[in-house]
Order: sequence, then structure tokens, then C-alpha cells
Amino acid sequence: MSNQLLEIKNLKTSFRIKDNYYAAVDDLTLTVNKNEVLAIVGESGCGKSALAFSIMGLHNRAKIEGNILYKGQDIANMPASKLNKLRGKDMGMIFQDPLTALNPLMEVGEQIGEVLMLHNKSMSKTERVEKVIELLNKVGIPRAAHTFGQFPHELSGGMRQRVVIAMAIANEPELLIADEPTTALDVTIQSQILDLIKELKEDMHAGIIMITHDLGVVAEMADRVAVMYAGQIVEIADVQTLFSNPKHPYTRSLLNSVPNASETQSKLHVIQGIVPALQNLPRKGCRFSPRVPWVDKDAHEENPVLHEVTPGHFVRCTCYKEFQFPDESQGGATS
Amino acid sequence: MWKFTVRRILIMIPQIILLSVLVFLMAKMMPGDALSGLIDPNIDAETIEAKREQLGLNDPWYVQYGDWVEGLFHGDLGQSFRFKMPVSELIGQRLANTFWLSLATLILIYAISIPLGIISGRYNDSWADQFITGYTYIGFATPLFIFALVMLWIFGFHFSWFPTGGSVAPGMEPGTFEYVMSKIQHLLLPAISMALIATVGTVQYLRNEIIDTKQKDFILTARAKGASESRVYNRHILRNSLLPIAAFFGYEITGLIGGTVFVETIFSYPGMGQLFLESITMRDYSVVTALVLLFGIATILGALLSDIILSLVDPRIRIK
Repeated sequence: MSNQLLEIKNLKTSFRIKDNYYAAVDDLTLTVNKNEVLAIVGESGCGKSALAFSIMGLHNRAKIEGNILYKGQDIANMPASKLNKLRGKDMGMIFQDPLTALNPLMEVGEQIGEVLMLHNKSMSKTERVEKVIELLNKVGIPRAAHTFGQFPHELSGGMRQRVVIAMAIANEPELLIADEPTTALDVTIQSQILDLIKELKEDMHAGIIMITHDLGVVAEMADRVAVMYAGQIVEIADVQTLFSNPKHPYTRSLLNSVPNASETQSKLHVIQGIVPALQNLPRKGCRFSPRVPWVDKDAHEENPVLHEVTPGHFVRCTCYKEFQFPDESQGGATS
Repeated sequence: MWKFTVRRILIMIPQIILLSVLVFLMAKMMPGDALSGLIDPNIDAETIEAKREQLGLNDPWYVQYGDWVEGLFHGDLGQSFRFKMPVSELIGQRLANTFWLSLATLILIYAISIPLGIISGRYNDSWADQFITGYTYIGFATPLFIFALVMLWIFGFHFSWFPTGGSVAPGMEPGTFEYVMSKIQHLLLPAISMALIATVGTVQYLRNEIIDTKQKDFILTARAKGASESRVYNRHILRNSLLPIAAFFGYEITGLIGGTVFVETIFSYPGMGQLFLESITMRDYSVVTALVLLFGIATILGALLSDIILSLVDPRIRIK
């Protein structure tokens, strides 16, 4: 219990489309422990970022129901004035696109300094500048003192992401949310940034929520993995279990969609269809069923819930028991 | 920064030369010259022709242009035939009046548009925003010369709160406190009339900029840092939104020139705009030419000012 950093209970984040509210995160329950990297994976539009924004209180006009307990304190629907004491201090966030995440008119040093200043009013200006330069060094920016006075447009994408990370870790948060931190970067920079986050994880001992759709990132970084589909968690397990023994059809499909370098594949697996738009989500029954139409209707539960398969490994719906890929021979379900 | 400014000023030189050539050629293309028209018909043609030769009116246009430019450098803008005095002297009196009127109008434009734009953009779709947007639509749809007439009638004639003409009450001693107050009182109503109409573009511009900036990613970053709502607005949204407004400042001056032509005429305010319109109707070409040149230079200077302001506030431009 004391190890729990964040406990999300029955979270429902809904957006208004015309006159109705539609849940992008639907009845989601999740815990994040201290000193753990929890990866959240899923396709675009399955509610990963909506979840991250709900935790940080960054939604503008969403309806948020349920509880988000940070160290036992409910931060769901907390007024901004109270939440601002936590945001940037206890909770940091790394954004997806470093090209737009920085204020174009502010020196990067000043932008990092702002988060220090907001949570530590007694810090003097010289102390702050020193601390910012220390942070810039920490995130691997060469010539930190020079970079301090530069504007975002003078830095490359990778450098800007380092600045964003420096901002997120400035006050040594206990919870770090990284929302697809490498999506907007090219491959070599991606691995540098991941290495950086790994290093930081080792010296900060923070709980990290890593949102991504890159399974390579998951394998490299995560301790536990939650697979999200259509606003729900469909499978959650520690990283070894998930990769060696995936259960849910969606998880297996995702893993199967990754090109494999060791095997000669003639064709890459493709998941049929797309994530349905928010207002067209099937709210009843197994939400993934339309994308695996060959699976017998009776295999799905009427109201799918998470089943604990082995300790710590949960799978939603019963359809995993009968699921196999159409091109597989009976019983040969491997990823 | 200095490099940028110097380069920007150097670019201005060919612009002004081109402008002066155009102004000069257009004046030349107008039918007649100083010795046709209102000349005593009893003077015989040879004398007039001799006078033409003497004044250099038979020289090719580039020679005449050269003479004209030389005159400009000595402050000689020619003679006004209507007032029988040098154009430079004539304009000099009115330049100050128009300057003060324009300055007052500019101050009012920003005093109105910045708060309204901020309220409208920050609380978009609220009743206050709808009210302000409604005003801007009415402002866009109302011609300045009609609005100015209505203002003059209501506040000048009906309520008699403001004088209805002139730039200062007669019999005032220049330099005294009463003189300054009288000046201000005379320019207030035309300035308000012009500002109320001219400001609506800026209000809408600022509103849209704020709404746009509100949705930028770096605003989320600022919120995620724990910045309070007022800090997010003052430090992050406002500065980014005011940028294009600052850039627009110089062009606002250009717009004012058009405005003063109407407003000064309607309020019988002795400024350059009024002089311009009168000179056109009286075919006082030397005055018109000089004024067009001055207005043109003011426009070019306005654009220069815009660029310099923008380079001061926007680091992305400073570097180039």
C-alpha cells in the first residue's frame, strides 16, 4: 500500500460532442508504484493521452468522473489553484512534440527557471540560474551556459526535447508522465532520449508513466505494461509476461504487427479496421470484437471484465481463450 | 539587432526614391501647368512661353525631377497658388495639428482595443465576448465619415460638449495652460470618432490571436509546470498574442492617414488631411504633390517602425 504512488479508480473522462458526452477513458482502474515504469500502449485514439491529461488536470472541457489518488489525495477535479502546487513539483510531464511544447518567445533557461521559481519562491536568481545550468548539463546539453540564453527555434528537435525533460524533472517529481516522448524525433535521437530517461529513472526513483505506441520502447523501458483499447485496459502484466505470454487478441495483434528481424516474413500482420471514433465506440460487449470478426460471438463476454490469469496478469473478456489468427493452424498461437 | 535595423533603413532609401519619382510623374501627367489656366488672358503667348522656358517647364522630365528633388532638399516644396505662400510653410502649420490628432487617436485605439481584445479572447463565447464582437461588426460596417458626422451632431451640436471646428479656441496665447487644454478639447472628439471605428480591426485581431495562442502546446507546458491561470495569461499567452498587434502598429499609422482626411474635413480641423482634400478640389497641385509625398513617406516609415518593433519583440526575426 505504501508503495503506491498513484491510484486511479474508475476514471471516466468524457468529451462533449454536440450534445452528448462520450467517454474517451472509460472506467479505468490502474495503480502506479514508486520507482516503477508503467508503459501504456495502444493505437492512436485509444485514450492514452486523454488519461495522461486527466492525471495532470490539463483537460479544458472534459467531464472527469472517478478518483485519481496521488499519495491518497484525490486530484481528479481538483481546482487548478490547489493542483498547481503539485503540477511541476510532484508531477512532471514530458510532452509529445518538443517543437511546439516550448514558448517561442522565452529563452529556454528562463522557461526551465520558471518551474523552479513557481515552486520555490525563496530561491535567489543566481541560485536558479546555477540550478538550470546544472539541469541542462544533466540532460546532456553541451555548452549549457550558452544554451541558457537561446530561444527554442535555435535548438534542434532532440535538444528541445532535452529542454522539455529538464523542465519536467527540475523539481525532482515523484511521478513523471512521458506522453510519447520520442514520437516526434528521428530514430537516433529517439534512442538517446530513451537512454536519458532511463538514466534519470535510475537516479530519481520516480514512478514513470510512459505512454507510447512503440513496443520497442516498452520492451526497453517498462517494468509493467498496460495495453489500452478504446478507453479501457484490455491487458496488464509485467513486461516479461506480456511479451512472452500475451493473452488478449489486441495485445497479440499489436505484438504481431511488429516487423521481426530474425524471421523472414513475407507479410506484416495488420489489425483489421481502425479504432472507432469516440462517438461510434461500441459501449456494450467486447470493444475489440468488430476487429476480429472471425472469432465466434459466444466467445466474448457480455460485460467484459478484467480476469486475473496469473498473479498480476489481467486480461479483459474471455475471448482470448478461443482467439487465434486466421492464418494460424490450430493451437499454434505464438507472437 | 543593429545590423537588422541598419539594413532595414537602407532598404527604405530606394523605396522613397521610387515614391518620389511616381509622385512627380503623376503630377506632371496631370493636364496643364503653373502657367495655364488661371493666368491673365491678356498676356501674350510668347511671354508665357518665355516664362515656361525660364522656369524650366520645357526641360525633359528627369531634369525637372532633378530640380524638384534639389528643391526638396532645401525644404522648397513649391508655391501654393491658392494661399500664395510656400507649401512648406503651409504644411508646417498643419503638420503639428495632424500629428497631435493622430497621436491621440493611436493612444485611444490601443486603450480601447487591448482591454477589449483581451476580455473577448480570454472569455471567448461569454456574453461579454459576444457584446464586444457585436461592437466590432458594427464598427466594420459603419463608414467613418458617417459615424464622425453623427458624433459631431450628437456631442458637438446637440450636447455642445465639444467644439465643432478648429484646432484651438480663438484668442488663446500659445504656451499657456489654457491653450493646451483648448487644443486637447478640440482634438478629442475627432480622435474618439476615428479611434472607435479604427480600433475594431485590432480588437478582433487580438481576440483571434489570444484564442489561437490558448490552444498552443506550450500553454499546456506552462500549466503542467504549475503556473497559475493569471501567470499563464500574462507571461505566455499575452506576449505571444500581442506580437502581431505590435507588428501591425506601423500599418495602423497608414490607416490613420486615410482617416484624418475624412475626420479633419468633417470637424473643420486644420490639419493635413483637410488641406489635402481642399487642395484637390481647388486644383492646388503643388500642395497635393507635397502632401502625397509626405503621406507616402509616413507610410514607409510606419512599415519601418513595424519591422523594428517586431524585431525587438520576436527573437525569431532578430536572428535573420
